Amino acid sequence: MSRSLKKGPNIDYKLLSKVEKLNEKNQKKVVKTWARACTIIPEFIGHTFAVHNGNKFIPVFVSENMVGHKLGEFSHTRTFRAHSGQRKEEKAGGVK
Amino acid sequence: MARIAGVDLPKNKRIVIGLTSIFGIGVSTSKKILSRLGIDENIKVSQLTDDQTNHIRNAISSEFKVEGALKSEVQMNIKRLMDIGTYRGKRHRKGLPVRGQRTRTNARTRKGKRKTVAGKKKAVAKK
Repeated sequence: MSRSLKKGPNIDYKLLSKVEKLNEKNQKKVVKTWARACTIIPEFIGHTFAVHNGNKFIPVFVSENMVGHKLGEFSHTRTFRAHSGQRKEEKAGGVK
Repeated sequence: MARIAGVDLPKNKRIVIGLTSIFGIGVSTSKKILSRLGIDENIKVSQLTDDQTNHIRNAISSEFKVEGALKSEVQMNIKRLMDIGTYRGKRHRKGLPVRGQRTRTNARTRKGKRKTVAGKKKAVAKK
């Protein structure tokens, strides 16, 4: 179910105020944040955020078509390489 | 034979159902179109007059995105997700369920046929 329009998008106000300060000074600085649930709004375009993924901060450069998504969508929390021996499949063959 | 939006409608079905063979039109859209044009839902596709067929054709082409256009829009949306690097895009790329379903079991629609991975050798029977 989508979020009620009455509430408007979920924005982390501390983050927004930081971005606005940067916008005033026309600066670009990486903003560290834990606010993964914060919706990306047009003011964020062009900034880079360091979004926490539970382990470290992943740099996310916000472009135009990211507006409306959440910051967390761009900072992946899981790493999956491959199963061990996915290559050796044939060799492993019939077991018992 | 009624040909609408590049699709041949099945001849001997009711028109409400017949219209749903167009990609992008389901039963409720179909009902909406027919009631607005004042066409009886229950007549068979083969009994449509040319006039009625044209009305339907116009209504669909003017108001709805169907078939190829709709399919490409869906593909574009998916591609957008993949290009901007979202979690959902990643799931699409890997062919795994996108909306948080479990993947330990099930999820066969997205993952396709089971690919058996040879397990560990069973411990050799004691004794």
